[in-house]
Amino acid sequence: MHASACAQFRVEVSGVGLTQIPVAMAAFKGEETSIQKISAIVQADLERSGQFRGVDATGITLDENSRPDFSSWRQKNADALLAGSVSRLADGRFDVRMHLWDVVRGQDLGSQSKAVVQADLRLAAHEIADYVYEKLTGDKGVFSTRISYVTKRGQNFNLWVADADGDNAQSALSSSEPIISPAWSPNSKQLAYVSFEARKPTIYVHEVASGKRRLVANFKGSNSAPAWSPDGKTLAITLSRDGGSQLNLLDLSVVGSEPRRIAQSGSIDTEPVFTADGRTVYFVSDRGGSPQIYRVGLTGGNPERVTFTGSYNISPSLSPDGRWLAYISRVSGAFKLHVMELSSGSTNAITDTIADERPSFAPNSRMLIYATQQLGKEALMISTVDGKIKARLAGQTGDIREPNWGPFQK
Amino acid sequence: MKHFMAVIGLAAMLSACGSTVKLDNVPVEDRSGVSTGASSGSASDVGKADGSAVGKGTVASVNLNKSAQDASMQGTTRVVYFDYDSFVIRSEFQSVIEAHAKYLAADKSRKVAIEGHTDERGGREYNLALGQKRSEAVRKALSLLGVSEAQLEAVSFGKEKPAVLGSTEAAMEKNRRAEISYR
Repeated sequence: MHASACAQFRVEVSGVGLTQIPVAMAAFKGEETSIQKISAIVQADLERSGQFRGVDATGITLDENSRPDFSSWRQKNADALLAGSVSRLADGRFDVRMHLWDVVRGQDLGSQSKAVVQADLRLAAHEIADYVYEKLTGDKGVFSTRISYVTKRGQNFNLWVADADGDNAQSALSSSEPIISPAWSPNSKQLAYVSFEARKPTIYVHEVASGKRRLVANFKGSNSAPAWSPDGKTLAITLSRDGGSQLNLLDLSVVGSEPRRIAQSGSIDTEPVFTADGRTVYFVSDRGGSPQIYRVGLTGGNPERVTFTGSYNISPSLSPDGRWLAYISRVSGAFKLHVMELSSGSTNAITDTIADERPSFAPNSRMLIYATQQLGKEALMISTVDGKIKARLAGQTGDIREPNWGPFQK
Repeated sequence: MKHFMAVIGLAAMLSACGSTVKLDNVPVEDRSGVSTGASSGSASDVGKADGSAVGKGTVASVNLNKSAQDASMQGTTRVVYFDYDSFVIRSEFQSVIEAHAKYLAADKSRKVAIEGHTDERGGREYNLALGQKRSEAVRKALSLLGVSEAQLEAVSFGKEKPAVLGSTEAAMEKNRRAEISYR
């Protein structure tokens, strides 16, 4: 795992009996003088997904123009081969080129070339990993997406934006009061979150590139749990202004618009999340006596209960493909990440930890990020949906929590 | 080459990504109960005193420190503790609620935030909702004793602001609380 030296997620658990595609990744020509080792970033990305393993290609000189000897790579049990180059252009940018081959079929799987500024060399490497992932699995890769999370050091809270591998973390917000519940907008340009800077929870929408913030919900009482509609025009939020914690829809296109209540009850209703078609909201309610996950159609109809096992089921997250529901369930006093297949209702606990919180799916529905505790310290983990491959975010000191996986970059 | 232009556009966007918003200078509510705004009426009285017929040595004392006016409340706790998974105000805290209600009903200019808190177990947003149930239990109790709703705001910090750090039962008991905060 030499490749993970520059990545901040460290693979800690490997499943058994997994089918992993063996890919040989030759060092990119010219990367020895580049500040980013492209091939190493690509290899770390692919291996962290759990669907690939690297085939040793040390000492082999190749680039995108090479005509590789497929039979020799087949003898090394590689299914695919990646090669490329990095070179500096006259304007100071870097030309990053790649070429991918299926060595079993002897097929050309295509090539790409991009000119990027030095600060985007990592992004270029993640996009190459996305290309390889999509060509070899048929699913879109998520290596060029971003994640957000919150750290607490002493009394200082920071909201971070980082690459999906945890690297390149940049602070978007620093505060002496807590920050919770960051949620990426569907266009990946904004974060909605709950800030306690006014000594009560209020909801902001924060443009990441400019730092411009808009206070969108500061009603009497508590304002929390923002969730974006798929079109980015509406936030589902929890307000207590009418007494109790109740779900509301807030139209973001009209400044000062009046929130509209949904799923009314005399009980706690919170943690809303939209389905991909925007027609249904999943949420947590204790209307049945204990916190359970429900769903309600936005065009009418009564809420329908979704979880039936256990007396504490919270923090629903839907996979973008609509297949999976991830949530936290209390089992014998332990808070454990569960994944339910919605079509069958079959459910699995996918962790060995006891303080799991706030799962969030990758935009390709193949992986999850969640918060937990390891050895008494807060940690962020990513996991495959079946729980067989997990990696821990390393490198951040202090407490780390409230992850949210952003959408595909547009 | 199909992504070439898109990547340059993204580069321009990402280069501006370093902008961190710092909130360290955000004014934090002063729990001593200092409220300059509410005392402006008294300040204008100073001028009146200056032009009046009373002796030149007279000094009209203006006290901007509201907590000094809260002398009757100084000996009264502002914290109500709750049992595990409970939102019922225990009988031992009824006198606390009554003391605050009496004070607030007598001075309609005073406002309080009731801040609900939970112990560390469970999710952050669900704990926020549980803390809200605690703060609203106190709000309703104050309201029933004659305090105007306009003077009261029930909010929640969930598990974000523990009074005591640690995972012991003793620590968690101290964290399941509602704090009455004069503003």
